Amino acid sequence: MTQVAVQNLGVSLAGRAVLRDVSLALSSGHLVALVGPNGAGKTTLLRALAGLVPSSGTILVSGEALSSLSLRERAKRFAYLPQGHIVHWPLAARDIVALGRYPHGATDPARLTQSDAEAVARAMQATDVVEFAARRATELSGGERSRVALARVLAVEAPVILADEPTSSLDPRHQLDVMKTLRKTADEGVLVIVVTHDLGLAARFADTVLVLSDGRLVSQGAACEALSEKIMAEVFRVSAYRGEYQRESVIVPWAEV
Amino acid sequence: MSIASVMATADIAARRRAGVMAALVLLVVLLLLVSLGIGAVRLSPLTVIDALVGEGSDVAQVIVREIRLPRTILGFAIGAILGLSGAALQGLLRNPLASPSLFGAPQSAALGAVLVIALGLADVRSYALPVAAIAMAFASVFVLLAIAGRNAGLLILILAGLAISSLAGAATALVMNLSKNPFIVLEITFWLLGSLEDRSFRHVMLALPFIAAGAIVLLSQRSAFRVLSLGEETAQSLGVDIGRLRLLVIIGVALGVGGAVAVTGTIGFIGLVAPHLMRPLIGHDPTRLLLPSALTGAALLLAADIAVRIIPSTSDIKVGVLTSIIGVPFFLYLIVRERRALGGGVA
Repeated sequence: MTQVAVQNLGVSLAGRAVLRDVSLALSSGHLVALVGPNGAGKTTLLRALAGLVPSSGTILVSGEALSSLSLRERAKRFAYLPQGHIVHWPLAARDIVALGRYPHGATDPARLTQSDAEAVARAMQATDVVEFAARRATELSGGERSRVALARVLAVEAPVILADEPTSSLDPRHQLDVMKTLRKTADEGVLVIVVTHDLGLAARFADTVLVLSDGRLVSQGAACEALSEKIMAEVFRVSAYRGEYQRESVIVPWAEV
Repeated sequence: MSIASVMATADIAARRRAGVMAALVLLVVLLLLVSLGIGAVRLSPLTVIDALVGEGSDVAQVIVREIRLPRTILGFAIGAILGLSGAALQGLLRNPLASPSLFGAPQSAALGAVLVIALGLADVRSYALPVAAIAMAFASVFVLLAIAGRNAGLLILILAGLAISSLAGAATALVMNLSKNPFIVLEITFWLLGSLEDRSFRHVMLALPFIAAGAIVLLSQRSAFRVLSLGEETAQSLGVDIGRLRLLVIIGVALGVGGAVAVTGTIGFIGLVAPHLMRPLIGHDPTRLLLPSALTGAALLLAADIAVRIIPSTSDIKVGVLTSIIGVPFFLYLIVRERRALGGGVA
């Protein structure tokens, strides 16, 4: 089922066209990797989908126009995980996760309804953060903080998750943890869109890879097609090693071209 | 650790907060009674309660109900709105050094009121005074947030606040400079120092509606401050209308600070200090800090106003002077404590 359909999407920031004429249709249950060089417009595309920047063109979510939805309705449909996992005050991890229920009317983490509390518990179990639920954000390591941020996003239980570089600045083990959690979430029927610079992770975990270059969508499809030798050379200006390991595809950027 | 034990730790925290709130309420009630009892004639708390309910001597009733009650009500309400405004601004800007007085809001409100007095537009007991003060307070906070932009660092905020309060101070000085009537200048000078002395129910009526409206506006937005802990963009993605929130906080702070300044002059630093006193007890959750900060603000101003009546001195010490004398060193202490966090921006 098509969950998100985008037609002729354009975004201009400070008079500069950052995204031009992007059209795509993405189905629920898919993990989509959004890749491209720095400045290609990946984050802007995520933010446009979340309704955080004004855009031209149309965005349909479950058949409804994004522009016709209230902020709260948008928040229920798109769970957005920005880069950096900022928490300005040292809140308890559990309270941070509970903020994911805010779009559903849960304004006080200490007084959650049964269904909200269950959603929070599920999210915390899926990301394995239950053991430090009472710790404050300042008392968490980088890896722990990123898992709490991911739990907050899962707790929304939205049909679409938008994650901006969720694996950046994590060690390899935590990168795999995060991608596996997102993969599992997609398998449960959620459309997960992940911005990443790690083509290896994209190739291994994503059903669909979208390649953005200079604000345009230049390639999309399964990893081996979307990240063809031609695209790797033209867009990323690198060659790549391609192989297979334990029956999963491997792409490793290798040399400048 | 199981989900149940997670909930249990949350319950312990909730009980602790309830205990702190109960203690604060008790403290404020106590200070209210002392404030009604202290002055040229000292009355015991029991005499005060008798007088309040219409019993005891006529003299005591007049002293308590007509002289000290307005002053005490204003002390409570203004302290509370200053504490609440400070907590709300700190929540909005995710910054522990935000406060109305550092942003020039009271100074600007004072300028509005001084203009009305000096130009002889209205007498000091008319509603023109709070309206002018609120308008100027609104303008100052609005300009400050406009300068600061969406993700302002502390440095920009403090510098912009310094500029705005200096400008308001300079404009106030200009008004006094140009004034031909020396009595007005003297009156304005003393009024600017900030005092609760000799206030009547007329003053209460002048300020209270605006203060109450400001408090309602700020409290109506309470849950958004917690979401804002995750940054503006994430808060927006969770359904918080950031533009509307900013505007409402500016309106709430302007109504409260403007209304307060119009009847008492500038009383600074309560908005900065109150949330800090509560963080070790309540935690850092900006939503949960709002009410305790309001009560702490009320307690601070009531205590300061009691202190100026007790401290022996040849002339009256103004309560605004006292709060600044205590507040500014506290601000310096905060700067030292936050120095490491500020490192990149300031040092």
